[in-house]
Amino acid sequence: MTNVLEVNNLKLYYYTSKGVVRALDDITFSLQEGETLGIVGESGCGKTTAGLALLNMPMPPGKIAGGQIIIDGQDIVPLAEKEMRRHVRWQKIAMVFQGAMNCLTPVFTIGKLMMETMLEHKTMKKEEAWHIIEKYLGYVGLPAGVTKRYPHELSGGMKQRVVIAMALFMNPKVVVFDEPTTALDVIVQCQILNLIKKLKLEKALLSCIFITHDLATEAEVANRIMVMYGGKIAEIGTNQQIYSERAAHPYTKKLLAATPRLHQKVDHLSFIPGAPPDLLAPPTGCRFHLRCEVAMGKCSAQEPPLIEIEPDHKVACWKVGYKE
Amino acid sequence: MPDNILEVKNLTKWFPLRRGIWQFLRGQQRYARAVDGVSFVIERGEILGLIGESGCGKTTTGKLIMKLMEASSGEIIFNGENVTHLRRPELQKYRRSVQMIFQDPYASMNPRFKIRSVLQEPIVIHSLGRSYNEREAMITKALEEVKLMPATDFMSRFPHMLSGGQRQRAATARALILTPSMLVADEPVSMIDLSTRAEILQMMKTLHKELNLTYLYITHDLSTARYFTDRIAVMYLGKIVEIGAAEDVVEKPGHPYTRALIEAVCEPVTGKLDLIKHLPIKEGEIPSPANIPKGCRFHTRCIHAKPECWEQAEPDLIEIGNKHKVACRRYNEIK
Repeated sequence: MTNVLEVNNLKLYYYTSKGVVRALDDITFSLQEGETLGIVGESGCGKTTAGLALLNMPMPPGKIAGGQIIIDGQDIVPLAEKEMRRHVRWQKIAMVFQGAMNCLTPVFTIGKLMMETMLEHKTMKKEEAWHIIEKYLGYVGLPAGVTKRYPHELSGGMKQRVVIAMALFMNPKVVVFDEPTTALDVIVQCQILNLIKKLKLEKALLSCIFITHDLATEAEVANRIMVMYGGKIAEIGTNQQIYSERAAHPYTKKLLAATPRLHQKVDHLSFIPGAPPDLLAPPTGCRFHLRCEVAMGKCSAQEPPLIEIEPDHKVACWKVGYKE
Repeated sequence: MPDNILEVKNLTKWFPLRRGIWQFLRGQQRYARAVDGVSFVIERGEILGLIGESGCGKTTTGKLIMKLMEASSGEIIFNGENVTHLRRPELQKYRRSVQMIFQDPYASMNPRFKIRSVLQEPIVIHSLGRSYNEREAMITKALEEVKLMPATDFMSRFPHMLSGGQRQRAATARALILTPSMLVADEPVSMIDLSTRAEILQMMKTLHKELNLTYLYITHDLSTARYFTDRIAVMYLGKIVEIGAAEDVVEKPGHPYTRALIEAVCEPVTGKLDLIKHLPIKEGEIPSPANIPKGCRFHTRCIHAKPECWEQAEPDLIEIGNKHKVACRRYNEIK
């Protein structure tokens, strides 16, 4: 398997008036072809920042402070904005933004919005563009008639489908989904997850990154899961490794235990006391040690590196994988 | 005192829709039937979960019970007293016994008030604490109940200085300061991070035991409802389609809609990749509350619907055992 995306030592800092917020601090991961990588974590852990960084468009005052993002053999970090727009964004990597379905311009029809996206990224005849639009509408399960309708005439689920279709137009190598199901009702949420699975089976969607705070939806789509905490990777593992007793990082275990399950009556849900770290002044050592039940002396002094404890399974914790 | 703290009988709320000139001249008026004949009881000390998708009328029901809106028809009976058309000052007395926790802890507090003022407001409105010391003691007690300690420290903070979870605790303290007997919690944890969500629910459960509270827990999330509530009522398009003990509703759902809802819930377990879930519900959207289907209101999306479902009148809630009620005409056939 080849890597379509490689991220090496990526650093993204927000230069605010109060100081430097280290939203992504030395992140290294890769995405294989045909794979779905899930990124989970609490709000403020840097998961959306990571998604935006992959398209090389950090939100101001953020800047990529170092590292590489290699898509299809090319490092996109040093590329100029014009180059990014012309050749990388949407051609190689596309994104479904959080709440994008509510950002469709209300005065344009869906057809016009879609046409705009097509012509912006590729020089082609209008008939050709219509042909592609119809093909992708079919993929996401919408009738061709929606092109004549306005965004307010569609329901949340339909708008989300439109946005997903628009991300797929240029046949990108990687699609980043940022919380695509968060604002939707359970039934619609399930339908959108089904759609993503179906697109992968039909090979309309190749590799993707699925960002969410919800471990339960992640279990449905992601082959590998990356758990982030305070701008760092806490654990990366396969679906089987994370959703079983093999989950190794104390944070991952706690998150799993805090997720209520439908078919299991528990009297006491566990939770993680305290609040996520302030990234303006992150705690020394392991960023989780203040909320960790098994923390020891070393945890507050030295930062644990991400080490491989079994094939495809990496953890950053002094308690795991080290012998005394 | 009666066993049932709250009784809701055939409650409706119809919102008039804007009409065009011809409709106006002909005297026609159409309505969005947000809540359309809801009846249930809550026993003293019970936690009832009201569940449904967005637009099903669950929040409107909560607001009607809080008397933040006037019901179009029906009755709300609290502690044996009809409170449907209360006016001040009786309304104020009622609100001392029933308080609400809102969904968004970021929007439900005045950003320019310190937590002390936020909590003091209800005391002043209801002219309770007479002296400064008395008020201060009440605020401290409420903050300690929700485990915001040290209370004096939190009192002098502004809402923006608290995390989401702490803010929701402060909102709970504000509701508790009037020592209500019932709380209406409208999606109290949906805006809160997963890691602290359980903490808030745990705190609410502890308070429930310690202060002998009754909750109406309004949510769209079945998993937390299963964990938190004693009984669950499922709403669809302004009406309750199923009600029963939380365990019965989740494990032995009777109504086709409840079955689809339960089937759609994701769980954090492995082995579901590439597995496309087939929901027992027709593709399509929830009809508009302005245009509720005739007969059983779920028939347009029901996979079991037969002509009798839309030709005959709407089915009532029928008991299928152990106070578990289902509004489905074909329940016995599709079991």
